[in-house]
Amino acid sequence: MTDASAIETIADVRAALAGGGSAVDVCTIFLERIQERDAALGAFTHVASDTALEEAATVDARGADDPSQPLAGVPIAIKDNICTRGLPTTAASRILTDYRPPYDATVVERLRAAGAVILGKTNCDEFAMGSTTEHSCYGITRNPWDPDRVPGGSSGGSAAAVAARLAPVALGSDTGGSIRQPAAFCGLVGLKPTYGRVSRYGLLAFASSLDQIGPLGLTVADVAAVFRVIAGHDPADATSAAKAVPEWPSGTATKTPAIGIPWTLLNDGIDDDVLTSFRTALDTLRSSGATLVDIELPHAAYAVPTYYVVAPAEASSNLARYDGVRYGVRAPLTDTADLTAMYDRTRESGFSDEVKRRIMLGTYALSAGYYDAYYLRAQQIRTLIRRDYDTVFSTVDAVALPTTPTTAFPLGQHADDPLQLYVGDVFTASANLTGLPALSVPSGNDSSGLPIGLQLVGRAFDEVTILDLAARFESERSEPIGRPPSLDRSA
Amino acid sequence: MTERLTRTEVERIARLAHLELDDAEADRLTRQLGDILTYFERLREVDTSGVEATTHPVSAGPRMRDDQSRESLPRDEAVAGAPDAADGLFRVPKVIG
Repeated sequence: MTDASAIETIADVRAALAGGGSAVDVCTIFLERIQERDAALGAFTHVASDTALEEAATVDARGADDPSQPLAGVPIAIKDNICTRGLPTTAASRILTDYRPPYDATVVERLRAAGAVILGKTNCDEFAMGSTTEHSCYGITRNPWDPDRVPGGSSGGSAAAVAARLAPVALGSDTGGSIRQPAAFCGLVGLKPTYGRVSRYGLLAFASSLDQIGPLGLTVADVAAVFRVIAGHDPADATSAAKAVPEWPSGTATKTPAIGIPWTLLNDGIDDDVLTSFRTALDTLRSSGATLVDIELPHAAYAVPTYYVVAPAEASSNLARYDGVRYGVRAPLTDTADLTAMYDRTRESGFSDEVKRRIMLGTYALSAGYYDAYYLRAQQIRTLIRRDYDTVFSTVDAVALPTTPTTAFPLGQHADDPLQLYVGDVFTASANLTGLPALSVPSGNDSSGLPIGLQLVGRAFDEVTILDLAARFESERSEPIGRPPSLDRSA
Repeated sequence: MTERLTRTEVERIARLAHLELDDAEADRLTRQLGDILTYFERLREVDTSGVEATTHPVSAGPRMRDDQSRESLPRDEAVAGAPDAADGLFRVPKVIG
């Protein structure tokens, strides 16, 4: 087998297996790294060592060269809001302490069928509500590039795990940017597929019209490989689209794509380093054959307030099911406590502040007298944002913008000002409101060495075009992305 | 809408949401939700007259399936994650006096 420390990507895993290594060896390498490095990071909420090694042994017994198993022996980490049969699935909430679901999410079922090895569950903001992974009952996750900074969120554990090479790839979920923003903060590729492309069956619902599961990885090819396995119609999810999963690489990528840039959205509130990296990325795209087109998305400026009406409204309804009856924990009750007291106390002690804030906000927006002014209006603006994109996609193949206005910020920075944190979703929320596919690919680093992400948004069900563009950008980008400095210290 | 959110209103919403807030929480939420609602005021700038609402971004449309019975989760597995279950049932405090 090759040098164990060199195995990082899916391609490395495949090379190791083709070179005579075993899936158990590969799994052991990643489990040992988790053992060594994760105490300092907090990326994992549960490490499934025993079952992972069993799954790897099954791959070895079957052979890793079965074409029906495109991820044979590939270890993967799963965000803790995605159901894994028999493994803890808590969405980082006290209210689901020790909960183990009796079934696998469809994405997990498909990963297992493809030969992937489930390494464990990763930390996130409670019920995926947040963009720092600081709102977790397990405690914070640190950014491998700088342990005093957030990894982003809500899929921060998945991002930190891959950035620290504790897993070659991971699954996250993205409701307003929760895959793309941590991918940008941790120097990774992260894809939010088109709404309806990937089954949500077994995803603990946050906002049902916005949620999508997607992969995070070190390379575009790795993200595409996992995407192709988890995508596709699922009768268990009524919103899943009956569309064929495309081949990738497509082999049909246009050499001269038109890329739209919504410059007026990028007027203020963006770090200089982020904007500089974005301009450099555009130069790279242009010199590789792309035509850059100025576009207007006039309603995208309203994406954040629209999102923060729609998402909490749906959350307040979805989270009604956590009431101390069917799963998770129930608050201790006195003998005289009635049903209402049981609900109220269980939810009061089981949810933490950010989740309560959003439940309250959503309940308010849906309540009598306010529905038209907030929820209905937000749903109408959502239509207008989608129309803006429909218009520009008649002339461009993709839209490019920064993934985030800043790089990873210090831990605790936004502890008492939720609104400040919400406005950070300014470039990501539109893709959820419109359902369009979007990815983040590393474009460079800021003056402190922290990674910066370039975001590409595509037409509905056209993930292939943005993956093709990202792959070409990845091979031609001028700035090396580098590695988290902590890796080389521990190596 | 332009009136600032009150503490009484926050308490009413908490009852609707089945959350038993303590005093400090109710005060904090009155302030924070008030700020967020003020921020939402900018949605009023947009002319939405005659615009249909988007409920789902990709309209797959309803699909029919055959009305056939199939195996479901065994009852003991379905209640296995409950905080209080007995005889394959969820147990809750007495509802009818």
